[in-house]
Amino acid sequence: MKKQSTIQREFSLRKYFSFFRLRFNMGIQYRTAAAAGMVTQFVWGFMECFVYKAFYDSNPAAFPMEFSSMMAYIWLQQAFLMFFATWMMDNEIFDLIINGNIAYELCRPVSIYNMWFAKNAANRLSKAVLRCFPILITALLLPEPFRMPLPKDIGTAILFVGTMALGLGVTVAFCILVYILSFFMVSSQGIRILLTSLVDFFCGSIVPIPFLPEPLRTVVELLPFAGMQNVPLRIYSSDLAGTEMTRAVGLQLFWFVLMVGLGKWLCRIAERRVVVQGG
Amino acid sequence: MRAIRLYLHYISIVIRSTMEYKASFLLTAMGQFLVSFNIFLGIYFLFARFSEVKGYSYSEVLLCFAIMLMEFSLAECFARGFDAFAGIVREGQFDRILVRPQSPILQILGSKFELSRIGRMLQAVVMFVYGIYHSNILWTWDKVLTVISMLFGGTLLFASIFLIYAALCFFTLDGLEFMNVLTDGAREYGKYPIDVYGSRIMKICTYIVPYTLVQYYPLQYLLGRTDNPIYALYPFGTIVFALISFCVWRFGISHYQSAGS
Amino acid sequence: MITMEHVCKSYRVAKRNAGMKEACKALFHRQVESIHALSDVSFTIGDGEMVGYIGPNRAGKSSTIKILSGILTPDSGSCYVDGRIPWKNRIEHVRQIGVVFGQRSQLWWDVPVIDSFALLKDIYSISTPQYEHNLEELTDLLHLQELLKTPTRQLSLGQRMRCEIAASLLHQPNILFLDEPTIGLDAVSKLAVRDFILRLNQEHKTTVILTTHDMQDIEALTQRVILIGKGRVLLDGTLADMRKKVSLYKSDSNIREGNINDLSLDEIIACLYRQMHIA
Repeated sequence: MKKQSTIQREFSLRKYFSFFRLRFNMGIQYRTAAAAGMVTQFVWGFMECFVYKAFYDSNPAAFPMEFSSMMAYIWLQQAFLMFFATWMMDNEIFDLIINGNIAYELCRPVSIYNMWFAKNAANRLSKAVLRCFPILITALLLPEPFRMPLPKDIGTAILFVGTMALGLGVTVAFCILVYILSFFMVSSQGIRILLTSLVDFFCGSIVPIPFLPEPLRTVVELLPFAGMQNVPLRIYSSDLAGTEMTRAVGLQLFWFVLMVGLGKWLCRIAERRVVVQGG
Repeated sequence: MRAIRLYLHYISIVIRSTMEYKASFLLTAMGQFLVSFNIFLGIYFLFARFSEVKGYSYSEVLLCFAIMLMEFSLAECFARGFDAFAGIVREGQFDRILVRPQSPILQILGSKFELSRIGRMLQAVVMFVYGIYHSNILWTWDKVLTVISMLFGGTLLFASIFLIYAALCFFTLDGLEFMNVLTDGAREYGKYPIDVYGSRIMKICTYIVPYTLVQYYPLQYLLGRTDNPIYALYPFGTIVFALISFCVWRFGISHYQSAGS
Repeated sequence: MITMEHVCKSYRVAKRNAGMKEACKALFHRQVESIHALSDVSFTIGDGEMVGYIGPNRAGKSSTIKILSGILTPDSGSCYVDGRIPWKNRIEHVRQIGVVFGQRSQLWWDVPVIDSFALLKDIYSISTPQYEHNLEELTDLLHLQELLKTPTRQLSLGQRMRCEIAASLLHQPNILFLDEPTIGLDAVSKLAVRDFILRLNQEHKTTVILTTHDMQDIEALTQRVILIGKGRVLLDGTLADMRKKVSLYKSDSNIREGNINDLSLDEIIACLYRQMHIA
């Protein structure tokens, strides 16, 4: 009995892995787009560096992070843009929900939630993989003060990779919540626009969260969006360390579990609605 | 005269088409507003902490950003047909344009008119008013003319970049996303006066794509950092850039006609 | 009068192979392939003639239409339409011709058809009395009365095609190019369109050049057929000429003695394609 269930689990994992692989291979086909995107990201990165240099020069004491940590933040942000960009949603899924073809997906022996999760994560990973290395390598070789530093020690590096994965998980879980939202609404376009622009600000992609003034900063750090890029990008340069880091990673984990749980629960309700209404 | 009448006829049809989808129009406008509002928030919080950058105050930066945003919105509103040109070429619509006895530029300008950019424009106007209110500029007629000349030059500059993008579509539709650097990038980073980014960027933005002509130089006059009124006329220099982009466009069309698609 | 003499046109197409390695190679060295769309095409079409221009896909039909309408410049050869070189005085030339691309719409999707027509009046600078006269006649012949106030997106394919044809004739061109005008239409609309083209040709002496895959169009409309394949004119004559040509190739296993006159036009064309190795 027990053995059978492990076999079943293995089998079902393989199923989601194949969704993952399909999407991944699809993603890496757009090479010219990736090359062009890379040029854009390079320019963006440099411009950001110059802006923050100018602000740093105008008042170094007011700068809330080490300058080199800021450089690491900027270059990692550019290299892994596709990891954390919440505006990059899968329009296929919205179409599926709007035109009712979602009913066909329900006929397959897969959990919609897991499938969406696998597809989304793969899409983001494939897009980031193509772009990240040239950007990272260049950033590591830039002249000071714009060079991206290496992590302090191997432990930090491991923590960085771990929280990156968790941050990707939080981002994907959030996006799926937005997909599911459109199950329950006639038109979700408006709320989607509002949500993505709010998140864009609160996740620290416009200005890093440490730059926000005090009461606001504390609140924003408690929100789930702080667990997207904010945590790993700051752990990398040890800007986030010690108990503060432990708390941030704990929160990240908490929000991840909560959002996945909520997503799965809502997904079940939505599925039942589709079945009852006949799509 | 006849061309203007025809253009207005086009626009009236485009606006009537847009109004068939009012909800979608309002949402797009809202999205446009929110995106630039986020950039504004970024500036706001940075200045709350630093109070000035390279000698520019908060209200001065807001003025700079507002003018840049207006230029971009105007260009996008009027010249959106070029921005969306990849689709026109891909779907073979350009053949239809060529079998009509009117200039292709007029037909493409007329084919799109993005009213939803009003969202971005609104954001820009609010910041502009705030900037005017809080800056110490004495609004004499020469300063007003400076702003008008900036708006003219900037809109022309962005429209010319769209035109170059459209001309490149005749050669390839692959990887043209890099042109975003020149359009979205300039809108995004044109929020600060260009000298903030250092002398190298200043040079690139003068000799390669002349953003400084519509931003940094006239801004110096507007903010009273120089008394030389010649700076207020710099935006007209973009006419040269527009002529060059027109030549690129002509070259693109002749390539299209000889190579097919 | 339309004359084409020794017109050649070839395209250069970048060759692309699948795979990461090939994609990298292509970055440095583009392999270019030449495709001969037209090689030495010559024909003359008199005023008021109605000609079917047929051939399999990629035979060079649309290249010919594009050259005649001034969109494309040929590599060599000469081409005159009523004394004009189409691509040299393009704007002057296109004032005198009408083009219907069967698969692409020239009407504005979301506004009533009459609004699109009014814009065409301005584009072609048609005088008001002339416009009203032409519109009345076309409305009458194509039965557009009820359609003119309807937005294009609400029209059926057949209704839309009738409007498209009217749109191409508002400026009273002497030459009309029809590129697959009956594609996808139902039986009633097809007959209506054919009937109209026939009347147009008889009453206004409009020269009509028709490309189509629908052999019934040819049978119903044209005396003369130009068959093109692999960029060459293979046959220029009447339908009877085509039958004769097929009978020369009796070796074709699909044709038995004596049944040549029973073959449908589709079968004749298929035989010709097969025998000339152009399919």
